[in-house]
Amino acid sequence: MNSILLYALAGVGLFTLGLYALIVHAHLLRKILAINVMGSGVFLVLVSLGGRTPGASPDPVPHAMVITGIVVAVSATALALALMLRVQAKTGQTLLPEERLE
Amino acid sequence: MSVTDRSRLALVFRRVLMLLLLGLAGGLAYAVLSLPDQAVGLSDRVRANMETSGVSNPVTAVLLNFRGYDTLLEMAVLLVALLGVWSLGSAAVYRRSNPEPVLLSLVGVLVPMLLLMAGYLLWVGADAPGGAFQAGSVLAAAGILMLLACKRPPVQLLGWSLRLVLVLGLGAFIAVGVSLLSASGMFLQYPPGLAGALILFIEAAATLSIGVTLAALFLGGRLDPDA
Repeated sequence: MNSILLYALAGVGLFTLGLYALIVHAHLLRKILAINVMGSGVFLVLVSLGGRTPGASPDPVPHAMVITGIVVAVSATALALALMLRVQAKTGQTLLPEERLE
Repeated sequence: MSVTDRSRLALVFRRVLMLLLLGLAGGLAYAVLSLPDQAVGLSDRVRANMETSGVSNPVTAVLLNFRGYDTLLEMAVLLVALLGVWSLGSAAVYRRSNPEPVLLSLVGVLVPMLLLMAGYLLWVGADAPGGAFQAGSVLAAAGILMLLACKRPPVQLLGWSLRLVLVLGLGAFIAVGVSLLSASGMFLQYPPGLAGALILFIEAAATLSIGVTLAALFLGGRLDPDA
């Protein structure tokens, strides 16, 4: 097992952990954090698999895609946090409608 | 259903979920492990075309030249996210607390250094790791530090000039694309001689926009000049 596969498997682990937290936790901030952990796992898989080129320099295309992905993830997180604050201001709870206590 | 029944059901649900997710992780790990050890991917094609890209850093060449559409749409996503945040309401009114003297002196030292670093990252992106996004996020860090130290921008800058900077990156990108479309009939197909200069121009505009957009996202709401 080489280090590239180790990184890629760590990315798979991060993705699964994030998915578990996304399903289990009801608080919206935890859900947003979980989605970010999942995204980091995907980025780790992409970047590490880009390093499988025979030469010394890795494949630049996945790296460029990850940079794009990071920016999209940051802006989506900002929008999600603003929506979360809005939900809290309207309902007093940071939960989705089906999780709210009556 | 009693409370204990409910919590027992939740426990069973979590166990089942863990098993399912372990299965998913196993499948994904199998997919990763069954990939070939060596893969050329697109790196050979990138290397073959580096001469025409106008820069010598392959990641910048892919971002701004070979896959320019990605970056163009990414700038649009950044702008749309900010519009979404702004449409939800105004930024919370800041408590005008007096920032600590330590924070103030730190800001005085760090902000000029961050600005310098942003400029360096933008310039070095042509032939080493760096580029518009790295420089833009450093710029945003400087902006957020200023906001935390209660140094808000002057009110007269929050109107049209702020909006102009926000759309500058996307606008410059589209302007370059459209002028190339009218000149050579290909959208975002840079002529090799001009590619380096065009990429630097787009990146400079994008750096400003990214930095200001991220700092504005940090405020979490619309900035009203009269607020």
